[in-house]
Amino acid sequence: MQFRTLEQLAAQCTERSMTLGHYMLEQQSTESGRSPEQEFATMSAYYDIMREAVERGLTEDTTSRSGLTGRDAQRVMAFGAEQELSLGPAAGEAMAYALAVSEVNASMGRIIATPTAGSCGIIPGVFLSCQKRFGWSDEQMVYGLFAAGAIGYVIANNAFVSGAEGGCQAEVGSAIGMAAGALTELRGGTPAQAVHAVGLALKNSLGLICDPVGGLVEIPCIIRNGFGAVTALAAADMALAGVRSVIPSDEVIGVMLEVGSSMPEKHRETAQGGLAQTPTGRKIMRNLRRKPDPEES
Amino acid sequence: MRFKDVFSIIGPAMIGPSSSHTAGAVRIGRFARQLFGPLPERAEVRFFGSFAATYQGHGTDIAIAAGLLDWQTDDKRIPCALKHAADQGMTVLFGQGKGLYAHPNTVRLLLTAGAPPARRELALTGASIGGGNIEITDIDGFGVKLTGGYPAVIVQHRDAPGTIAGITDALRDGGCNIAHMSVDRKGRSGEALTALELDAPLAPPLLDQLSRLEQVGSVRCVDLSKISSA
Repeated sequence: MQFRTLEQLAAQCTERSMTLGHYMLEQQSTESGRSPEQEFATMSAYYDIMREAVERGLTEDTTSRSGLTGRDAQRVMAFGAEQELSLGPAAGEAMAYALAVSEVNASMGRIIATPTAGSCGIIPGVFLSCQKRFGWSDEQMVYGLFAAGAIGYVIANNAFVSGAEGGCQAEVGSAIGMAAGALTELRGGTPAQAVHAVGLALKNSLGLICDPVGGLVEIPCIIRNGFGAVTALAAADMALAGVRSVIPSDEVIGVMLEVGSSMPEKHRETAQGGLAQTPTGRKIMRNLRRKPDPEES
Repeated sequence: MRFKDVFSIIGPAMIGPSSSHTAGAVRIGRFARQLFGPLPERAEVRFFGSFAATYQGHGTDIAIAAGLLDWQTDDKRIPCALKHAADQGMTVLFGQGKGLYAHPNTVRLLLTAGAPPARRELALTGASIGGGNIEITDIDGFGVKLTGGYPAVIVQHRDAPGTIAGITDALRDGGCNIAHMSVDRKGRSGEALTALELDAPLAPPLLDQLSRLEQVGSVRCVDLSKISSA
């Protein structure tokens, strides 16, 4: 890849009059040695899996193995059909789709890690709901995924994308930034606007800890995916309206690294702090622990 | 750069819920299965650290069984892997491991099949290091460092001068590039194991050539990018 920062990414795209998505596909093909057609086909297959996960989450039983979560996406959709959602139908749908994919993940369904399994709902939630609303083609959406990947590539290499390393800001926060930037581009924003969207979005999730109850990718991961999709829409709207991230997005990524690195270990995916260690969180964890296997040696 | 390409950010396609506790565990199980060869009759699975604490909730046990069936990380049958294993005649036993371990997500597998003298055994230790990435650290008591990211060749041989040169000469003549290799032995002039990661899978004639080398006992291949036949 020829870029290390979002500033370089936007400048290189602007110079070549290319979108982030088209440029990332070209860069990816150079890196892998495979043809752009082959790489496009792989991403396209991933998009199909995302769509399938949304559909499953909205229609099938998504009760998790622990029994703690499931069917929240369906609750939101049903409520939206009966009454007006406070968010309005469009953002409500993005939220429900994101919950749906996260619930499919928690119930051992098939998903695409974007960038991780814990944050797998946000990009499908934003992409699938907006595709329907704006009438975009699958081809446009796949280029959108390459744009999201370019943004994630910069975040991952300059900070982190795993909760164990940098807390939830690194997983859900990164996914929101990726979705916001890609959506800005899909809606006709410039590369510079897309990069502003990333910074605006990331600023809103700085400091978010990773504190899963029982260590499971369920509470609060699933609802954070729902909220994440809504935040991504908001960040894209701000960027498209001309709101700028006054602190440049690359510097915000630097803050994410700083905050995540100084986060105590108990708030980084160990289930030893935060929501996991509330009285209720501890009780749930105790109930999850079954008797040890009699074959134990 | 820790992340090299777009598919390390968007992807892998996987069955949830966790890239390290599920997808990584499938890949460790699959590595062991391919190294073992046939379906094991019995698999003893010992979890350590965070794997031991949360394997039931995360489905790490199911994921290991799926890997032992040689399934991919996104195989839709993964939730039913334990049933498939039982139906095919594989007994899988899970428990907590004892002793030291290097990484919080560590698992040790002991696979067996057949009766003496044709009895087959494999002991393998691996760790799931995040995002579906793995590290195999021990094969039958030999220290190794394998990622499953490349086609791997594991050569068991006697510790004797020139044996490794014989292996690398054969690979050079076959146009095979070595990405990584590790060598370990039980003792001087004793049993040794050379583990290699290559840029491309080993062609059958080259595999045959390696196994006919002096001092070489067995040559086994693992390729996690291979499409599952199951």
